[in-house]
Amino acid sequence: MTRVQLVVRGGTVVDATGTRRADVAVGEGVVLGVDPGIDVPRGATVLDAGGCFVAPGLVDLHAHLREPGAEEAERVETGARAAALGGYTALVAMPNTDPPMDCAAVVRQVRELAVGAAAEVLVAGAITVGRRGEQLAPLAEMAELGVRLFTDDGAGVQDARLMRRALEYASALGVTLAQHCEDACLSADGHMHEGEWSSRLGVPGVPAAAEEVMLARDLGLARQTGGRLHFLHLSTAGSVDLVRSAKAHGLPVTAEVTPHHLTLTDAAVGTWDPVFKVNPPLRSDEDLEAVRAGLADGTIDAIATDHAPHPQEAKEAPFDQAPPGMVGLETALAVALTCLTEGEELEVAGGRPHRPEGRQGGGGAALPFERLLGLLSWKPAAIAGVSNRHGGPVAPGAKANLCVIDPTAEWVVDPARLASRSANTPFAGCRLKGRVRHTVLGGEAVVVDAEAQR
Amino acid sequence: MSAALAPAPGHDGGRAHLLSVADLGREGIEEVLQLTDSFSEVSDRAIPKVPALRGKTVASLFFEDSTRTRLSFEAAAKRLSADTMTFAASSSSLNKGESLRDTVQTIDAMGVDAMVVRHRSSGVPWQVARWTRASVINAGDGWHEHPTQALLDCYTLRQAARDGRPGWAGRVGETGLEGLRIAIVGDIEHSRVARSDVAAFSMLGAEVTLVGPPTLLPSSLSGWPVSVSHDLDDVLPKVDVVYLLRLQAERIHESLLPSLREYTARYGLTRSRAARLSEGSLVMHPGPMNRGVEIAAEVADLPCSVVTRQVRNGVAVRMAVLFLLLGSGQ
Repeated sequence: MTRVQLVVRGGTVVDATGTRRADVAVGEGVVLGVDPGIDVPRGATVLDAGGCFVAPGLVDLHAHLREPGAEEAERVETGARAAALGGYTALVAMPNTDPPMDCAAVVRQVRELAVGAAAEVLVAGAITVGRRGEQLAPLAEMAELGVRLFTDDGAGVQDARLMRRALEYASALGVTLAQHCEDACLSADGHMHEGEWSSRLGVPGVPAAAEEVMLARDLGLARQTGGRLHFLHLSTAGSVDLVRSAKAHGLPVTAEVTPHHLTLTDAAVGTWDPVFKVNPPLRSDEDLEAVRAGLADGTIDAIATDHAPHPQEAKEAPFDQAPPGMVGLETALAVALTCLTEGEELEVAGGRPHRPEGRQGGGGAALPFERLLGLLSWKPAAIAGVSNRHGGPVAPGAKANLCVIDPTAEWVVDPARLASRSANTPFAGCRLKGRVRHTVLGGEAVVVDAEAQR
Repeated sequence: MSAALAPAPGHDGGRAHLLSVADLGREGIEEVLQLTDSFSEVSDRAIPKVPALRGKTVASLFFEDSTRTRLSFEAAAKRLSADTMTFAASSSSLNKGESLRDTVQTIDAMGVDAMVVRHRSSGVPWQVARWTRASVINAGDGWHEHPTQALLDCYTLRQAARDGRPGWAGRVGETGLEGLRIAIVGDIEHSRVARSDVAAFSMLGAEVTLVGPPTLLPSSLSGWPVSVSHDLDDVLPKVDVVYLLRLQAERIHESLLPSLREYTARYGLTRSRAARLSEGSLVMHPGPMNRGVEIAAEVADLPCSVVTRQVRNGVAVRMAVLFLLLGSGQ
């Protein structure tokens, strides 16, 4: 009989099967028991979950860990630590590194860097060699190493014919292609959402159509090829409509949205702080409402961070010269809980918060906590192909990848205290409700009382 | 310090800046124009110099080429007896990889009272204001704002109204712009002058019409106090002022226009169009002009053109702005 090494005590277990008051006993990396009153054996660690939810660990489909190539911004180790503090037990590392993750050698290198990290790092491979959009990368070679997602993220695959062939080729490998939808001709030279604010601020815009044109094209290609497609960081009302209609017609596509596109709008650019520069750009109030509606009705399958660290000096450039991107691993859950479940609006430092006219008390229909967890845990786990070890029900025999969430803890985001190597959070100074208390990875407590243990 | 020139929000010490014409409000604009009257008189003296800003240092940070605005600010500072420093991007350590913030803080450390900032990127003066203790004056940022140009344009129009123009009397109100009908013609989207002028003109009570092809208009005009036309010939007889913007040849390469020829045919102030202007109309241009493109050479030299007057007023307006920010016995 396996020895109980750790007991998560006094919490309420929430997973895809429902909610119940239970302690969770863990040993040798797996869940041994889920029961309202588990005796703690001598020598076992106790994690206090009083007043907390005990859930499967979160899974992030979209993180830029910057290693190899830009270690001053982030490293695999620091990114994984930030993830664990945010409640994640697994995260997908995007391939836009230097060199890019477009072959087995780089995939192996990143995996080695992730040994002993505070979260499981899943590597996404590039679709094309060098992410240049010209020639297929060795997808099979990477798939044999277990890579399940492929993307040229940072750019979309511009060539429709190449994308078609990629979908066909990938279908034999049982892998999913993830598209960063952005028509480079339409978005060229743009630095923020094209609309009322870009017109007022005199900043070249990125039209919503830049995203929607490629999305519409790819839906056609998915229909043509039968290939599996996931859409990264959708940001416009038109995109939500396209995916909704594609799903209604039975296309096997999935989509994600970021916490910042759910909570911030292009009005924040009026602060002239490049921390609000991101790609796709923060959109309009109407777009924000539409992506929230897409979450509510199931059109959108996952909330993904698009954690994109940049060093301070890079973000102190003029707005049109600063690189796009925001860190998000440590704030995603709390931002989602605060804005989507509690229905509150954030006061962004120095900025104009999203506050649509005529909305009472903000938030619209609140998203139930269980559904929110699904969007952050079991649904992205399925898209990433890791449901066998992440996001599954908390039950005996399951891998012990868990997070313990205190839904009432309030905290203020302090960029200087983030575990990420970079501090470019748009939520600096925001008061958030809900915090990760503990994270358990493979049976070991990697976060205890909101402090990283590795 | 002027009450109307508000400190930038979030900036410590409450130092006043001139970043956006909208921050001034109508009251602030009128205060600048009033003070410009007295500095205009200084410029007419045999020795056009007053000791108002003796001991103050004004640094010009021009990250983008500019002749008239830079010289105009320097002349203004010198006529107020301020010391001046000039930083031009081409001769700077920006070429050696120094960041914008480091450049600003280096100059700040030398002890300056005002930074006059011109940059090709929208928003830079706001960023500079967060990094310095000096007052920041926006001398043009990207396509965004050019507040002193708007002020000198307002001053030029008020001056014309006071001098009396045929057809203006009784219709144009006390600010000199109240009830004035102004067409701004051409490349609005890429124009910081247009954005500041629209705000300033409408705050002072003018009715503004933007005229140009859709490709040269901002994608959204939501919240802009303007009407829009694509037909210059229809608008011309109905306005008191035609404000022409510079058209850059690169707009052709960006597929925003088929050709300069077609632009001139539809939106240029040609001789024949100028002949249809109502009596008393004024022609303005922020410079530098492309004679033969947005304005015919002869039209630029007609008596109704106040282009050189705009330049002349620029110095006095900038003296007023510098004095309001740095003077008043601080």
